[in-house]
Parts: sequence; structure tokens; C-alpha cells
Amino acid sequence: MLINKSTIKMWSRIGSRASFGMAALELGKEYEDLIILTGDTSTSAGLDRFKKSFPEKFLDVGIAEQNMIGIAAGLSSEGQKVITTTFTPFQTMRCCEQIKVNIGYMNHKVCMVGLASGLVLGMLGYTHCSIEDVSIMRSIPGITVISPADCGATVKATLAALEHKQSVYIRLTGGTPNPPVYKDDFDFNIGKANILRKGNDISIFACGTMVFNSLEAADILKVGGLDVSVIDMHTIKPIDKEAIEKASKSSGLIVTVEEHSIIGGLGSAVSEYLCTLNDKPPLLALGLPDEYGSAGEYRSLLEKSKLIPDQIANSIANRFSSI
Amino acid sequence: MKDHNKIIMNLENMARRMRRRMLDMAVSAGANSSHFGGGLSIIDITATLYGEIMNLNPENPEWEERDRFILSKGHGVLGYYTALSEVGFIPEEDLETFGKNGTYLYGHPVMNRSKGIEFSNGSLGMGLSLGIGVALAGKRKKMDYKVYVLLGDGECNEGSVWEAAMAGSHFQLDNLVAILDRNNFQQTGSNKDIMSVENLASKWESFGWNVSEIDGHNISEIYDALKAVKNQKGPNAIVARTIKGKGFSFSENNNDWHHAALSSSQYEVALKELDDIS
Repeated sequence: MLINKSTIKMWSRIGSRASFGMAALELGKEYEDLIILTGDTSTSAGLDRFKKSFPEKFLDVGIAEQNMIGIAAGLSSEGQKVITTTFTPFQTMRCCEQIKVNIGYMNHKVCMVGLASGLVLGMLGYTHCSIEDVSIMRSIPGITVISPADCGATVKATLAALEHKQSVYIRLTGGTPNPPVYKDDFDFNIGKANILRKGNDISIFACGTMVFNSLEAADILKVGGLDVSVIDMHTIKPIDKEAIEKASKSSGLIVTVEEHSIIGGLGSAVSEYLCTLNDKPPLLALGLPDEYGSAGEYRSLLEKSKLIPDQIANSIANRFSSI
Repeated sequence: MKDHNKIIMNLENMARRMRRRMLDMAVSAGANSSHFGGGLSIIDITATLYGEIMNLNPENPEWEERDRFILSKGHGVLGYYTALSEVGFIPEEDLETFGKNGTYLYGHPVMNRSKGIEFSNGSLGMGLSLGIGVALAGKRKKMDYKVYVLLGDGECNEGSVWEAAMAGSHFQLDNLVAILDRNNFQQTGSNKDIMSVENLASKWESFGWNVSEIDGHNISEIYDALKAVKNQKGPNAIVARTIKGKGFSFSENNNDWHHAALSSSQYEVALKELDDIS
């Protein structure tokens, strides 16, 4: 698939969901045995063009996510390449036990794409926000968990997931436009973190939308004299242990930033490994608090959780100065 | 063409042998107990499916053209493993490992295609969705196999069963057969006491399925109903009126036998009752 400056620019304008739809179009051409299932969310998933171009590779199962996962597993058991997609709470929590039994326990390979995760649908309330999905999906054996940093990464992750040996959960975050972290084609290897910026004082591990915000925070910290690494930890499971180990040796503080509950997400995954190392630096885990707050506009909800770049920079500077 | 009476007689003999073997399995499980009642309510159905109806090749368990079977009421393993053993997927001596540590014959099926165990089941309400996926794949691959899913009536408490029921007719899956084990009981009591699933046949009919209702212990009726679905459009549901614990006086319609241990004296009684029939 053509991934270059101009496609990335275009995708960042349309957002991660529509970019997934673009990736799907490419997959439709490539895989004879592809089938994409949705739960009455084809438009939200950017799949209207896919549906028209490949009607035989598209299956709407209606608003019935438990059934969707069972059907997906049945198709997969017969050798079909299966993607399921709907809004994140319904893709992960409504059908959680079906995922455990059909995809985890029986090891049927399915790529699951959770739309509009995090807080982007804040005006619709917390039924549609998702702060728990990484935590839940990460605890099911046999499922790889990816949180792409931007639209280009969303496309890359979707293409990579179809060739991956395990089932994959792809968590889409961010609104439109969705600012690009990667301005041109780049290497995306599942399980291998991308170092975007190198600095000697502090290492930030981020995923999803928070990669961009962390890069901006690093710029702000630079002005204050702090030299910060930013690492795109797009794969949360399996976690890139080598990247954590390297950072722990070279940094005075490890920071994780995610648009997800501070319980069970990237911060937890990093800390689970970090705490096993000798002579490790402290960890500052930034993310969403363990509560269902009031609904609201996306940016205002991020602000409340102190996830805007200058707030991230402040939290990091404060913690670093207390070491 | 085989004589109908002869087919039925052979299947009846097969079901009797399966009951005999499941008694040994129940003994083998010992204090671990087994799902005795729900295994016995389906055993005439699984005998008919595996003995005559399904297109299988035990020499080549993953033969792509084979018919698929899903035990959605996963606790019915006594009626499943004995059928798989009868037709040659599971060696008879392996049945004796049931309920013992290290066995591959667990209290709920664990996927093991080389032994004919198609899927892992045990959590109720999931098998029909899987079956729809397998049936859709059959259509996509232009293959003629059929998919048989066996569900319990108590299992129909699960909402996911009805999501799948809706989809089965929406996708017009004429290669899909749901068999409802209507034994009127569930884990801790009768359906009526716990959660009513009355008018089961009309429920499935109203979801758009071709429904037939049969005596689930009359092999001739089971056989004819399963043969008849081959010529119908859309998905097929067979409501099989059964008796939980069928075959032994102490267990019939006695829900204490939902999951219980078989004592040696009960085993002797059961053997004698089996002998009396034959």
C-alpha cells in the first residue's frame, strides 16, 4: 500500500477510523479469504467504500456483538481471515467472555478493531468512552494489543495484524484531524517500540494519541533544560522489554502516558517489567483516573485528566525535580 | 439403500452401547462426578447423528468435507465422547480416563480435532454463533458440509442464543441445524421454576427457522427429522422432547442427577436395567 507524505497527510485529516477503512480497501484487494464483520457500524468504521467494493467480504451482524465474535471465530476456524469492528466498549466488554472462549481459549485468529476508544466520544457519555479496554484485552492469553499513535500507524497496524500469528486487538484513539506522529513511511513491527526522540534525562513511553502529546511535552521540557526520550510503545502486549531495559539504564525517570485508565494499561504493563529490574529509576504513570467523570468535549476531558502537552510536561518536571 | 428398520435397529443398539460405556465413564469420574442427566437426554440424538446422519471420516478427522458438530451444551460430554468413540475417533480405552488427571476427555469438551472434538465448549450460549460462522464459511468455500449444533433448553436462557437465532435466519443458512434438547430441566431445577422457556418450537419458528418437534428418544423420529432437513430452505431447528437422565429408573426426571457421582450399587442397578432392555 502506498504510504508516503501525501497519504499520511490525507489520513490525518480523516482520522483513525476512516484510515482503518482505507487499509481495509487495500486488504480487500489483497486477500481472497478476507471477511470484515461489523455490528451495524459500517459507516463509523469507515467501511462504506469497502462494503460497496467487496460486498462478499463484508458481513453486518447487526447490534449483536456476542454473536459477532462467535461468528468471527467460526469463520476463522474454517481458514478465513477475519476482522471484527465496532465501537470499543461493544468490541471488547460486551462480548468479553466470547473473546476469552472463542479467540483466547480456542485460539481462533481474529483481528479486532475497537473504534473511538479513550475519550473522543466524550459528549456521548461514558457508555461510549472506553478507559478499560487495554486492561481487559491484555489479560486474555493469546491476544496481541496494539494502540497506534496516528493514522499512518493505524494503517500499518491493520496490515501487520492480518499477517500476525496471533489474534490482535487494535485500539483506535483520537479525533479529526488526528495529528501525524510519523510524517512519512516508517517501520512498524508488532512488539517493537519505535524511539522517536532521544534524550538522556527522562524516557517517556506513550501509546495512541499520547505519543503526539508526549512529543510536544518533550519540546516544552527541552526549553526548561530537560533532555527527554519519547518512545512509541504501540504494542502494549507483548511489551517491548528490551526498550524498557535500555531506558531504565539511561534515564533518571521513566514516564508512561496513555489515554486509558491508569489501572491495567500501558503504565501497568511497563511497571510489571520495570519492577523486576535491578537499579531501576522511578516510574511516573500518567493516564486517566480510576473514575467515570462527567461527560464533556474531548479536549476538556483530556485537560481534566492533565493529558494536554503542557500539563504532561508539568507533571514530569515536578516528579523529576523531586527525585 | 439400507432398510429403514435395520438402520433404526442398528442405531438403537449403538445408543444402548453408548449408555453402557457412559456408565463406566461415570464410575471412572468417581467423586469428581459427571453431568449424568444431560448426557443421557442427548445420547439418542448423538447416536443418530454420528451413527448415520453425519458425513465423517475418522481416518482423516480434519477431512474438509466432513459435517461439523458443535456441542453447545458442553456439559453433555457423556453423550458426545461415547458417540465419538463408537465411530472410531476416540479409542474405547481412552473413555476410561474420563474424569482423571491427565485425560483429554474433560468435563466440557476441549478442542482436539484429531479426536473429532471440533470446539471447546462449556460456557453456555456460544455454540450457535460459532455454528453460524462455520456455516457461512461453508457457503463462502462452496462446500456442502452441514453444521449441527446441539443446545439445551436451559441454555436458551442465554440472550446470545437469540442473537444467533436471529442471524441464522437472516443469513438463510440452510446448511445449519440446531437441535434443542428439551428436557425441561436446568442446573438447579425445572425450567418452569428457574426461567421459563415455554413454547420453544414457536419461539424458533417466530425467529424464522424451519421447526420440527420430535420425541428425542425415538430413534426413528430423530433419524427422519434429521433426514428431512436436508431438503429445506433456511436454517432448521429440531425441538427434541427428551427426559433428563433417560434410560435408568433412578435418574429419569430426577434433577439430582444433573451433576452427580455414580455409586457402585447404582452402577449395578443401571447395568441390570440396560440388560433388561436388550
